[in-house]
Amino acid sequence: MKKPAAPNPRPRVSAVRIAVPTRAQHRFYGHGLPHIDLSQLSGRLIVVEGADGSGRSSQIAALVGWLEGRGHATIQVGLKRSTLVSEELDKAQNGNILSHTTMSLFYATDFADQLENVIIPALRAGFMVLADRYIYTLMARDLVRGADEKWLKNLYSIALVPDAVFYLKVSPEILVQRNFAKSRTLDYWESGMDLGLSRDMFDSFLKYQSLIIEKFNRLRRTYDFEIVDGSRSPSEITSDLRRKIEAVITR
Amino acid sequence: MTKTFAQLGFPGRLIAVEGLDGSGKSTQVYLLKRWLELQGLKVFFSEWNSSALVRSATSKGKKQELLTPTTFSLIHATDFADRYERQLVPLLRAGYIVLCDRYIFTAFARDTVRGCPQEWVRKLYSFAAHPDMTFFFRADLEVSLNRILVGRPELKHFEAGMDLQLSNDREESFRIFQGRILDQYLAMSSEFNFHTVDANQPIEAQQSHVREVVSARIDLSAFVGPLPLESL
Repeated sequence: MKKPAAPNPRPRVSAVRIAVPTRAQHRFYGHGLPHIDLSQLSGRLIVVEGADGSGRSSQIAALVGWLEGRGHATIQVGLKRSTLVSEELDKAQNGNILSHTTMSLFYATDFADQLENVIIPALRAGFMVLADRYIYTLMARDLVRGADEKWLKNLYSIALVPDAVFYLKVSPEILVQRNFAKSRTLDYWESGMDLGLSRDMFDSFLKYQSLIIEKFNRLRRTYDFEIVDGSRSPSEITSDLRRKIEAVITR
Repeated sequence: MTKTFAQLGFPGRLIAVEGLDGSGKSTQVYLLKRWLELQGLKVFFSEWNSSALVRSATSKGKKQELLTPTTFSLIHATDFADRYERQLVPLLRAGYIVLCDRYIFTAFARDTVRGCPQEWVRKLYSFAAHPDMTFFFRADLEVSLNRILVGRPELKHFEAGMDLQLSNDREESFRIFQGRILDQYLAMSSEFNFHTVDANQPIEAQQSHVREVVSARIDLSAFVGPLPLESL
């Protein structure tokens, strides 16, 4: 008769404890979306704002890896990524053919499509949603172009209030250097060339980015977001963001 | 209070026609346009949902049934803004009589029926001045329904209001949907000074009524166009 094998001692594994998010109460900024029930959204919406060159995208990439490693299902969203209008928005931008109000509304359509079809369903499924920019960039860009603030606030009263918003603030002088280091060129729109601030693109970039920072400061009076000093080293910023996000998850 | 183009000092005038699908408003606005054109006046006609770029997104959204009440509302507002900023306003500045087959009231009615908050929709369109004259073609619900339903193979998804889940039957859904839109129009009628036309009358009777009202309220002699280039 065969002797039953002695049970293997359990392999030693470091304790695997995953923080389960507490149920959060979400709300809209204002009117919100019709026929949407917010009581079942157990995920978290985390927004990272900042200009091109603020380190926004690399921070988001680092955060996705970190969150997934800690056992959180994570999804990324961003501007101009909707199924509905992203293609047409690109065309409009390349041709620079749409007027301001039209462009605002086109971007708002893109945002609303993603909010309803990606962000809210993901939050309902308990995902961590990382948004690479949100309504604040859209509003700041429109404000610089002379849009009426009340009109914009009504337009974006459909938006969900995020669980955390981090604004990576970097001075225009550093931004311009980072953009050159990365691609040796400045983007037409990120330089605000449509505004005719200056015919010199370098000059226009600096002026435009200062105006955007000014509008972000103004929006901060209404919308709660945290200013993160984006001039520090990427790893310093990442650990700062991690600590803050941890608090949001277990809050 | 939003002003009309005349109140804002524009030399041009905007005349809008509103009403249910099948109320005959497009026929009436076409006849009005011909009448003005044939007198040599500066006239421009603009249709709802006709901005080329936005239309490609709208038709994709409709075909693939991607639209929610909010995106339906926003994409139509985008289309309207494009026409408003690039066509209507410049032409009104240049002293044209602009005829619009549907204006912001179509959005007010439809989007509200779809469940968007009335205040949100109205503020969305607050960048637009009000028409100098709005004709509302009021036909009995059954009359307009029959005009649409007869001789048409199938109603489209959003046209029938299928997204509202009023009924699984397209025709039934369309009837309920149109009924609700009519209620919205009637509720707006006095607030926005609609000039109601009895659309159950013969085409000619309606048209002569429209022409009478237009010539009584607008000094048409102020809209005579330039001489054609070849006669200079």
